[in-house]
Amino acid sequence: MSEGNGTGREFRVVGTRPIRHDGIDKVTGRARYGADIHLPGMLQGKVLRSPHAHARIVSIDVSEAAALAGVKAIVTGADLPEVRSSEEQSGESVTNARDLSANVLARDKVLYHGHAVAAVAATSAAVAEEALEKIRVEYEGLPPVLSVLDAMRDEAPILHPHLRTRGGEKSDRPTNVASVTVFERGDLEKGFAEAAEIVERTFDTAMVHQGYIEPHNAVAQVNPDGQATVWCSTQGSFEVRKLCAQILEMPLSRLRVVPAEIGGGFGGKTTIYLEPLAVMLAARSGHPVKLVMSRSDVLRATGPTSGSHIRMKMGATKGGRICAVDAWLAYEAGAFPGSPVMMGAMCLMGPFDVDHLRIRAYDVVVNRPKTAAYRAPGATNAAFASETVADELARRLGIDPFEFRLKNAAQEGTATAAGPKLRRVGCVELVEAARACAHAKAPLERTDGPRRRGRGFATGFWFNAGLQSSAVISLHPDGTASLVTGSPDIGGTRTSCAMIAAEELGLAALEVRPVVADTDSIGYTDVTGGSRVTMATGLAVYEAAQDVKRQLCERAARTWKVEPDQVRFEDGRVVPLTSGPEPLPLASLAKASAKTGGPIVGRATVNAQRANGPSFAGLLVDVEVDTETGRVDVTRCTVFQDAGRAIHPAYVEGQMQGGSAQGIGWALNEEYVYDEAGRLLNDGFLDYRMPVTLDLPMIEPVIIEVPNPGHPYGVRGVGEASIVPPPAAVANAIADATGVRMTTLPMSPPRVLAALREAGWRPSSSPQPSVA
Amino acid sequence: MATVFIPAALRRLTGGADRASARGTTVRELVDDLAARFPELRAALVRDGELPPHLAVSVDDVIASAGLDESVGETSEVHFVPPLGGG
Repeated sequence: MSEGNGTGREFRVVGTRPIRHDGIDKVTGRARYGADIHLPGMLQGKVLRSPHAHARIVSIDVSEAAALAGVKAIVTGADLPEVRSSEEQSGESVTNARDLSANVLARDKVLYHGHAVAAVAATSAAVAEEALEKIRVEYEGLPPVLSVLDAMRDEAPILHPHLRTRGGEKSDRPTNVASVTVFERGDLEKGFAEAAEIVERTFDTAMVHQGYIEPHNAVAQVNPDGQATVWCSTQGSFEVRKLCAQILEMPLSRLRVVPAEIGGGFGGKTTIYLEPLAVMLAARSGHPVKLVMSRSDVLRATGPTSGSHIRMKMGATKGGRICAVDAWLAYEAGAFPGSPVMMGAMCLMGPFDVDHLRIRAYDVVVNRPKTAAYRAPGATNAAFASETVADELARRLGIDPFEFRLKNAAQEGTATAAGPKLRRVGCVELVEAARACAHAKAPLERTDGPRRRGRGFATGFWFNAGLQSSAVISLHPDGTASLVTGSPDIGGTRTSCAMIAAEELGLAALEVRPVVADTDSIGYTDVTGGSRVTMATGLAVYEAAQDVKRQLCERAARTWKVEPDQVRFEDGRVVPLTSGPEPLPLASLAKASAKTGGPIVGRATVNAQRANGPSFAGLLVDVEVDTETGRVDVTRCTVFQDAGRAIHPAYVEGQMQGGSAQGIGWALNEEYVYDEAGRLLNDGFLDYRMPVTLDLPMIEPVIIEVPNPGHPYGVRGVGEASIVPPPAAVANAIADATGVRMTTLPMSPPRVLAALREAGWRPSSSPQPSVA
Repeated sequence: MATVFIPAALRRLTGGADRASARGTTVRELVDDLAARFPELRAALVRDGELPPHLAVSVDDVIASAGLDESVGETSEVHFVPPLGGG
């Protein structure tokens, strides 16, 4: 791997804003998404889902459905291989094959409303739907458990009789607590003894969905020899291949996964739901089969992120140093173990340097859909707690919130909660930039009327991920190039990777054509997640470009009959180190490649763990709180993020704005609403309220660039950190406006109004409590 | 000698110690050395010859891609941490 982080280097392409390679296809509707794929003889698939949150499956009778004209195949859980329980590191998370299989199709129990029970392939969607109605499933109802606190009670209904707590006291009692993780260092008692102020609060956050526009889909074709191809909307084609092969017990070489264009993922498309069903139905019917989820399917039965319950105690000295933190976090995993609670625990105090801390983290199964990754998974819940408590401590101590954060800011050498120390990071620079920005300096016009104004700030931390990537660059005879990677593009990474290739080879960004290839056409590449693609796949591209340059130098040396070490590549051409021949431009060498040894193709594979660099984000918001209705409007918003190096600043800004918008939706409106029986009540976008353009002001992005020392350009991932601060920033702004500390998400009008009433706020004609 | 930091949940196996010095040129050798003193540690840190799936290891503050086979230096600091994910 090449060293250096680009400090002092003058870039020609990096840092510019070329038009996106996929832009025309996207805006003209030509881009082909999974649902656009049609194959000759293709059948339509539909999935029967559980109407219950928790029930035993007594029997499934598909005979009547199978007899329906046009029905070509039906599968139930009994048709899936019985895979053994085996946990495996899978891309960026741990997956248990048995749980995954039981989530794809329920076996003896259904564990949430919408859990898949059977799938049908038929000649039309209408016939498939009719067939679903003819499948007879006899259920024996079981009591559901929907919240972590209920699930942790001794007498709670048990989801998995075999489950025992990993990391806890040894016990043979069945439990819903899948794991306990504790991070602890220093001396809590000593730390709290130093405190001039201690704030202790309890927080609750709701389960929320990523809300990607494009529903999950899959098309599968299985040849008579068993070779299968799957087209789907995914953030990780290799992950889909691996997981499908695992639960269908297929060799990897018999399954090709083609990533279609993707209409949003945000972490939710890093696992499988429909893909194995499509393969099974295609194999049974002998026809290609397509399945596309409805919005209701997506909300009920894919992977939202955890609701959580967090207890937070933090102390600070009179001088404003955080001296001790004691936190307790319990996250809903959904129906199977695997919430992001450990990551929440590790990010909880990410922006702060704390000597004495204890963080206990509980992963708890409940009768809700199995959670999946969602943009900085776990960190937003945690930051809602830590950043509002930090803000409250600052105010109690009479210290400006920016100053308080600077006094405690994480920096190089700061130990993370799990122990490893940070390398060079940009937390200090970020808070300083926020403090100095025009928004922070602008006076906030406060009023005495029913609409109160406030300003809040919060920061957030995200690790980012390294993992494995591959890249291939082929030079064309005219001096342009193609770039093949295996990273589905959910955030502009095609263009950023092409820009890295262009930067290295002396080309224009649009002279490099980026292609996202299927699993048979590029080397293994981990998921598009963990904000890793521009950093890690970009690193593979950088190394592939070095390979191209080495070959160009060899070709030029051969032409000049000198040793390769007598030439070098610079500014898009090979130049001799000694006087003599004229430099050879890349285009000339590419044109002559047939005569000098054949096509010039550079390749690289990387495990980018060492190159990874974490990122910090901050959000400054102004809000207006209607004290008569509880409605909160965000009226001004500035987001800050340390990008390390912004390859394509417009894309970085887009990520920052997108993360902020999602975080504000999480803060103010979004939540899964269940009835007492565990049925999801708001399984559509009319009732699951995500923010739209009219709900938000312009989100002003401010990019901070503190180079990542592990990366040749200094790149850090940028896709996730910006979703971490918004709920805390909004809560801090509400507190600034009204003096009321919100501790439950979403801070929807009924909750805000109830909190205001509890604090003594009355209709506008009455005297109001002091805000201070 | 390298310093191995003991995760809080495993400190009951080390008599409460939050860190221990260990000899070795790889993480695996450090674990072997520690297991000679704290035998129950091995089962917690090694499964089927590798790290359990719910653990990763960092050597000198960088997540080690080679897991137990990662090289360590004389003064390396080794932490066992949860694997990181993302969205």
